[in-house]
Amino acid sequence: MARITHGLTTSHIPAIAAMIDQGRTGEDYWKPIFAGYDWTKQYVAANMPDVVILVYNDHASAFDMKVIPTFAIGCADEFQPADEGWGPRPVPPVPGHSDLAWHIAQSCILDEFDITIINEMDVDHGLTVPLDVVFGNKDNSTPAKWPTRVIPIAVNVVTYPPPSGNRCWMLGEAIARAVESYPEDLNVHIWGTGGMSHQLQGPRAGLINKEWDKRFLDDLTRDPQRLRHLPHIEYLRETGSEGIEMVMWLIMRGALGENVTELHRHYHVPCSNTALGHIVLKKEEDELVPAE
Amino acid sequence: MTKTMPRDVHAYLAEFEDIPGTRVFTANRARKGYHLNQFAMSLMKAENRERFLADERTYLDEWPMTEEAKQAVLKRDYNAMIDEGGNIYFLSKLFSTDRQSFQDAAGSMTGMTKDEYAAMMIAGGRSPEGVRSKKEGK
Repeated sequence: MARITHGLTTSHIPAIAAMIDQGRTGEDYWKPIFAGYDWTKQYVAANMPDVVILVYNDHASAFDMKVIPTFAIGCADEFQPADEGWGPRPVPPVPGHSDLAWHIAQSCILDEFDITIINEMDVDHGLTVPLDVVFGNKDNSTPAKWPTRVIPIAVNVVTYPPPSGNRCWMLGEAIARAVESYPEDLNVHIWGTGGMSHQLQGPRAGLINKEWDKRFLDDLTRDPQRLRHLPHIEYLRETGSEGIEMVMWLIMRGALGENVTELHRHYHVPCSNTALGHIVLKKEEDELVPAE
Repeated sequence: MTKTMPRDVHAYLAEFEDIPGTRVFTANRARKGYHLNQFAMSLMKAENRERFLADERTYLDEWPMTEEAKQAVLKRDYNAMIDEGGNIYFLSKLFSTDRQSFQDAAGSMTGMTKDEYAAMMIAGGRSPEGVRSKKEGK
């Protein structure tokens, strides 16, 4: 039986991709940003998932204004890197897991989560930056091929309204139920990406709220139910207009169940316009109720 | 079911107008900026980037955009583009075509110079103090 064993979150800042692609990760500005992933690279290499369910947002790459799915699942065998204006990133194609993805799509729909099925799409920095920071080589360069299969879950956080935190949480629970009903024995990770505080537009651009971000990271283990019920307006006021991406972390958190252990954390300001946040969580088995 | 946000769309949208220096990409803005954003998306193809850079005005005239939106693009005035319904992730195709970084494009909307904005970010970014709410001034 397939099982979700770990949750991981990371920002997916495009400047990280640019530095990797230009071989500039050793510069003083970037060194601490990449160093915070060293622990994760080693840990994940030693506990390699068979599949990563990667929750991210498409930044007007696969989806333009013509079609705006709130939740979409990539069911293809392979995804190509998108051309976001600089030419496609020189990274390998991302291998999918079509059978498990279709299984999740069908199970979620029967579970009253009507997710959009995508059979062809290119993936942008929102998906490839997380793969790079976790699966990158020791010198931070991109590997010749990705070491695991990836199921992209794209969430609309661009055109308002995005889904509520509560809805994201419930999707995470539905995904976990779907994974657990897949017969093959697979080690599955679920990653939530984007965030943390950042505003990329207007006179308020550059907003960073370290205190708010830190409490959000703490509460992923301490009080996740509080996070589930945060209204959108709080993300916008406190963490900047693009801080809303953090609702995607709640899909990851909802999928892990009640008991999790924090294994690793990395928080760094600034990374370009953004507060970079990264955390690794291990799902613990629910406590067994002794038989009477 | 737990109520986590206003379920009334008018109440939900009204709150966004209270955030200083911010234009949330609501339905009104998405409708107004439809062709501006689709123009920006067209720059995801190398041949379109070349054609645009060779003759920006002619390329823009192929799109049913308002003259205000076209002028904002020609001037690379990102605040004006957002006023015309542009969204920053769509507009990122334009500044990427210009080989401008996200940091410099975002900073260009703040009234600060590139160096001042970079220095603010290094010092920890813009504080949320005083820019959370127009009404409450906090």
